[in-house]
Amino acid sequence: MDEYSNFSSAAEMPIEERLKAAKGRFDHIGVDSKASEGITRPTIGYWKDAWIRLRKNKIALISLAVIVLYVIMALFGGAMVEFDYKANDLFNVNQPPNSVHWFGTDTLGRDLWARTWQGARVSLLIGLVSAVMQLTLGIIVGGLAGYLGGTFDLIVMRITEILDSIPFLIMVILIMMVFGSGIVPLILAFAITGWISMARLVRGQVYQLKSQEFMMAARSMGASTSRMIFKHLIPNMAGVMIVTLTMKVPQAIFSEAFLSYIGLGVQPPQTSWGQLANQGSQVMSVYPYQLLIPAFFISTMMLAMQLFGDGLRDALDPKLRK
Amino acid sequence: MEHSNDKYIEVTDLKKHFYLKQKKILKAVDGVSFSIKRGQTLGLVGESGCGKTTLGRTLIHIYEPTAGKIMMDGKDITKVNSKEYKQLTSKAQMIFQDPYASLDTHMTTLEIIAEGMAIHNMYSAKERKERAEAYLSMVGLNKEHGSRFPHEFSGGQRQRIGIARALAIEPEFVVCDEPISALDVSVQAQIVNLLIRLQNELHLTFLFIAHDLSMVKHISDYVAVMYLGAIVEITSSEELYSHPEHPYTQSLLSAIPIPDPRVSASRKRILLQGEIPTPINTPPGCKFKNRCQHCMKRCDAEEPKLKEIAPGHFVACHLFNS
Repeated sequence: MDEYSNFSSAAEMPIEERLKAAKGRFDHIGVDSKASEGITRPTIGYWKDAWIRLRKNKIALISLAVIVLYVIMALFGGAMVEFDYKANDLFNVNQPPNSVHWFGTDTLGRDLWARTWQGARVSLLIGLVSAVMQLTLGIIVGGLAGYLGGTFDLIVMRITEILDSIPFLIMVILIMMVFGSGIVPLILAFAITGWISMARLVRGQVYQLKSQEFMMAARSMGASTSRMIFKHLIPNMAGVMIVTLTMKVPQAIFSEAFLSYIGLGVQPPQTSWGQLANQGSQVMSVYPYQLLIPAFFISTMMLAMQLFGDGLRDALDPKLRK
Repeated sequence: MEHSNDKYIEVTDLKKHFYLKQKKILKAVDGVSFSIKRGQTLGLVGESGCGKTTLGRTLIHIYEPTAGKIMMDGKDITKVNSKEYKQLTSKAQMIFQDPYASLDTHMTTLEIIAEGMAIHNMYSAKERKERAEAYLSMVGLNKEHGSRFPHEFSGGQRQRIGIARALAIEPEFVVCDEPISALDVSVQAQIVNLLIRLQNELHLTFLFIAHDLSMVKHISDYVAVMYLGAIVEITSSEELYSHPEHPYTQSLLSAIPIPDPRVSASRKRILLQGEIPTPINTPPGCKFKNRCQHCMKRCDAEEPKLKEIAPGHFVACHLFNS
């Protein structure tokens, strides 16, 4: 019989007895805490870490590739064919895509491949430049309002509310009346109307962040204002700002398309993706490719921007690291 | 006050008032005087909203004092310009209450700890990294933790990072603003023991803010009890716990749980009536009068001043003024 014989089950045995019974059956092998912590990743900074996380995100990488491809094509795509984007060819109107005219021709016989990439130039220029202008204005005004607070914040925010109450279309028409129509007035119009929401967003973020204890901790360590802004405020706002920026680019491209449709956008023979879609829609039932081609580029560009923005936001937030 | 020579911190009649809307004044700290000897710890206790944190923050100029005088190491630091403030931050540091809010989530542990050294241009970049790693191990974390981000740690580990950050600047005086209140009980003892060990190793002077009376007894040489912006009793910690004199201190101490049901049942608890009044536009007289069981006529008219009732034992109560 074994040591448990006096008891109906092992659980009833007193602990001392149980330990005695177990003696010799088990070996204490110990724990090497140093070894268990030994295999860790090397020290890396915030931006490098963000890049590593972005690289792992396939969708964001594909989106980035699409954006880069479109930008390259916008720069050099027009030069790949011998046709000028504004040269009419009345003997070859409304040709479907073929080996000579890769994307076909429009109602005036202009080569759609050349026009598509010329349109890409205009659309991307308007989208990117106006988004960057909105961002810059928004950060400066919203950042100051949030950081300084008080009377300055009060006055600036009331001004933005008044500006925001003017309808977008009236604002654009007013700007067009002063500066004429064209790419530069369009960019100006988007920048002037779009910075307000950006400023509000930045102000809210700054307000929320500046009262957090880590900001107070940085100040109590003697951090200068520029260090507070560039080391603490901006990295903490970067995620939200980048997502907003990637929304603003397609938004500007869309607005431009809409304005072109009502005749306020870029004027022919100059073109843009919106302008192309507008012209294609007029012959949609007969020559659908004239609408489908620019529509495809507008939608894939929008999708790529948004997915890339999502990926960037995730990469910039260390909390989402797996 | 009671301490003889070598006072590291000496505060005289310090006031911090916040000016609210409609000309209301919130007297968060209203005429506080105390001193701390070099290398010693003053515990500061009181219920929520009594001005403990404001007092701690005013001492190291996170808030500007409204009136009064702060002497640190023989130098008047009541008013500081930005250059003097930076000097002050290299000597006086703060450990924050909330380990979740006080660390920037976008920085790695090493960056957080080394930030103070970088701000004050201490050592070369390589040495800073080495020293930051040394501080990591000093607070009981591993070198390998250095590349991780704050969200990867538990509350106790984060608080250790906060402690390492404050100490990396090599301060002489540290305000510990409830460093243990956000932690669970088993970790509280670890952190307090860590603080005591570091104090002995580095000859630090502490102002230890807490509302846990037994922890304060463990770490403090002297204890000050605060009520509604004023110190009502201040003495050595043995004296305070063995002979509490102010009615408020007595009720506080009677609220400490005793881990023995027989003793606990036989003990007479002093239950306070009513709520802590608001520190906005306080009426004249003793601040504790509406909750005090010994309230006299005199308490309505006159605010009691701190008075030495036994060697080194100061109480602000009219019961001891006759």
